[in-house]
Amino acid sequence: MIWINQILQGILLGGYYALIAAGLSFLFGVMRVINLAHGSLAVLAAFLLLVIDHWLGISPFVGLLLMLPAMALVGVVFQLGVLERSLRGGVLIPLLATFGVSLLLDNILFALFGANTRSFASHIGTLSYGSWAINRSIDISQLDALIFATALGLLGGMHLLLTRSQLGRMIRATAIDADAAALSGIDPRRVRVAAAAMAMMMVGIAGAALGMRSSFEPYAGGAQLIYAFEAVVIGGTGSLWGTLIGGIVLGIAQNVGATINPHLSQISGHVVFLLVLVLRMRGAGGLLGDLRRKIRRQPMAPT
Amino acid sequence: MNQNYSIERGTSKIRILLAILLILVAGLAAGPLLLSANDLDHLIVLFIYIILAIAWNALAGYGGLVSVGQQAFFGIGAYAAIRLSYYGMPVYLALPLGGVAGAAAAWVASLFMLQLRGGEFAIGMWVLATLIQQLVSLDPLIQGSTGTSLLVLNHFSPAARRADTYWLTLAVLLGLLGLLFLLLRSRQGAAMQAIRDDEEAARSVGVAVAPTKRLVFVFAGFGAGMAGALWLAASITFQPGTYFGVQWTAYMIFMVLVGGIGTFEGPILGALLFFALETMFGATGVWYLIGLGAAAVGFALFAPRGIWGALEARMGWRLLPVGYRLVLVPESQHDAAASAAVQFDSHA
Repeated sequence: MIWINQILQGILLGGYYALIAAGLSFLFGVMRVINLAHGSLAVLAAFLLLVIDHWLGISPFVGLLLMLPAMALVGVVFQLGVLERSLRGGVLIPLLATFGVSLLLDNILFALFGANTRSFASHIGTLSYGSWAINRSIDISQLDALIFATALGLLGGMHLLLTRSQLGRMIRATAIDADAAALSGIDPRRVRVAAAAMAMMMVGIAGAALGMRSSFEPYAGGAQLIYAFEAVVIGGTGSLWGTLIGGIVLGIAQNVGATINPHLSQISGHVVFLLVLVLRMRGAGGLLGDLRRKIRRQPMAPT
Repeated sequence: MNQNYSIERGTSKIRILLAILLILVAGLAAGPLLLSANDLDHLIVLFIYIILAIAWNALAGYGGLVSVGQQAFFGIGAYAAIRLSYYGMPVYLALPLGGVAGAAAAWVASLFMLQLRGGEFAIGMWVLATLIQQLVSLDPLIQGSTGTSLLVLNHFSPAARRADTYWLTLAVLLGLLGLLFLLLRSRQGAAMQAIRDDEEAARSVGVAVAPTKRLVFVFAGFGAGMAGALWLAASITFQPGTYFGVQWTAYMIFMVLVGGIGTFEGPILGALLFFALETMFGATGVWYLIGLGAAAVGFALFAPRGIWGALEARMGWRLLPVGYRLVLVPESQHDAAASAAVQFDSHA
């Protein structure tokens, strides 16, 4: 029964990883840039929410209504100030520039807020500890369920937006070929600004979830970037639903590892990530693609 | 127009420069006889920074591989030295073997990590560094995040220890510089510089991209591993969180980016600059780090070739002959403008 519980909790934890990975995956999908400042931006969002709550004395859920537009603005500034310029500089420059931004953000947050760890757990009432008992040994945390549902809603909403809306079509066109998109009357620069603003709002939601389900401090960004990246790679780069699967696999791996030995929680997550990398080497389609090709090559009956 | 031309590796000033370099090296080698303990400690730190910068530049500048996880090899170098000396190996043999351990780990990692592209490789290396840190922390000898010390070094007198560490660091630095110099002048070096300039184009003219990248990756792992072992020799204590910290990569990126990525001389200049900045502003703590971050963003966006790259492009400077220069000699010999050398390698 303990294993069923651990796997269930792992799936729920995967919801958080999918949430933190969504912005990274989306930005990569649109601009082919891996944003090394992703984790630091999520921590920035959490601190923004902290400041808003502190000043106005409102619930973090109401505070989100102010924090998310602020993050969209951060996205516009980030796109115009850093990404747009670095995109012209080849493969290395976006990595170096975004890594510099993460160094800058982490240390500015440290200078402003110090090393204390913060959390919204005491600001969200019973939600931080409330749970539903499924049976004697399985409880589902209400907050974890909410975060999982948010991840589902966010990924589903993004899917609808990208496939059904005018903006979604423009974003996809720009992602596939910006020059061709420009020929058909799209301004790729503006589309990328819109995409960056959307990505930073996703990062904002993830930052809020981080602060509610656990704690954060100015240097917490690196670990969040690593989790997000692992979820994206495990699930297959560039696919939104793959990101959810990747997050769930990562969550299960960490929880199962922790059940075997508390030291193994992080380690087993990283090992699963590396295993996926090694399996992916077997071909573009990964292990499953390889298997499928083998089956096709061997006909059922001799000819 | 029928032009004669000749190909030369460097300008005639190279010989003067080499003489100056030899005198400088001789002076540095005599350091422990002339300098105070404090000066020696500072020089050891500076040499380690230069080693780190050379190693990261080889990887990013020549291999086109931006890694945010080179602290993995820095930590492995120090950890291997501690482990080997614990098994009873003489400590000044264990330290260089730390570098070998870094190279070996890089070779193993190259089997799967080099499949990754661009940003995937960058963060993938960070994941690997985190994993190795967590595995090293499980070793009872290291005592989790508390860490341990290379206590064997306390058997030596402080003065002898300092001099030995200084000479070992200087030897490693000169060895790596010499190795990179010879590598860049070799066939492999031509391949490395071709990949730096355009990977696809290099592949299309028959450069073996994968083996060349692996060579560069192992070289960078060796350099970072050596740097870690030497840092251990200088500071004696080992804590996984410090040695496997991402700040090492931040320093490497700063030095290489500001000095000039993909040049031989740039990283040395960057390390000197970084060392000077740290001496002046390191005490301001977080503001110093904010300054480093801002400078890294600024250079990446507005001066991606760094200080040396800009000087080289403007002045045609080249201290060490690692490329080729094509000198045009027109039939009208008195044409003064003809002495302008066309640089054949594509730094410009």
